[in-house]
Amino acid sequence: MSRIFYTSALVLVVAGFATQPALAETPNEMLASIQKEALGIPGFSGFSTTRGESFFKTKHGNEWSCASCHTDNPAAPGKHAKTGKVIDPLAPSANTERFTSPKKMEKWFKRNCNDVLNRVCTPQEKGDVLTYLLTVKK
Amino acid sequence: MSIHKQKTFRVLAIALLAMGIMMPAAQADDGHDEKYGGKYGGENRGKPVQPVQTNPKFQQECSTCHIAYAPGLLPAESWRKMMASLDKHFGSDASLDAQDNKEITAFLVNNASNRWSASTAPMRISETAWFKRKHDGHEINPAVWKNPQVKSPANCAACHPQAERGNFNEHDIRMPR
Repeated sequence: MSRIFYTSALVLVVAGFATQPALAETPNEMLASIQKEALGIPGFSGFSTTRGESFFKTKHGNEWSCASCHTDNPAAPGKHAKTGKVIDPLAPSANTERFTSPKKMEKWFKRNCNDVLNRVCTPQEKGDVLTYLLTVKK
Repeated sequence: MSIHKQKTFRVLAIALLAMGIMMPAAQADDGHDEKYGGKYGGENRGKPVQPVQTNPKFQQECSTCHIAYAPGLLPAESWRKMMASLDKHFGSDASLDAQDNKEITAFLVNNASNRWSASTAPMRISETAWFKRKHDGHEINPAVWKNPQVKSPANCAACHPQAERGNFNEHDIRMPR
């Protein structure tokens, strides 16, 4: 009897987790998942704030850099380079919603890397940028 | 024919003529005149432009970089093309995952313009015949478009403060100065 109870309780708990939308994560957890990806690449030796900052602020062959919309200060609100629509701050210190949804992060890295570099970003580049963003104070 | 009868005939003839002139205008004006290809050559926005029942995913995803343009502003085929080319969306990658894309496409197609009879499917709202007519030189002083607060015809809310809700009512227009 009690075994049946435990099993059904377990099933219920598992089902509860499964129906949840992607669980919110912290920016540090997101960074850890990028790092896990990067570790598979030969020669990887960690992320760098300076590299991330310079990547963020420089153009990479296209019209826009990350900073074109997010500005040179990621803790400040940005502005869409084309439509002018206000973009909430990107640095987690200024906007606690940033880097808490893996789905959202993937969506925007895909879009923005394509706009800025005409390709996907490497785990190294993503990790460098997030490491930089995590150091930006409000 | 007596003078009286002649007079009646003349009045009738004038009335008939007047009706003949006014009828097509009245028909064309309500936008249901399929015989003549519909108002604006068949390129007419829908009514209502924003359905009563909206879609949260559409609201969220389509309003990140610009306002969520009401589905009734374009025909179904425009939305299909738009959603199939989101990776090259007016010079930006606006791609969505397959599931979100499917849901939003269905919402846009189901609520697209119900008064569009032309076979055209423009990608820009500002290229439609109804838009051009409503925003031509007779309606709007060309200087308004040069106002930095307007910047682009895509910026509906510059003059239609309730554009996001699909309200483009003439009485609610506020031109920036």
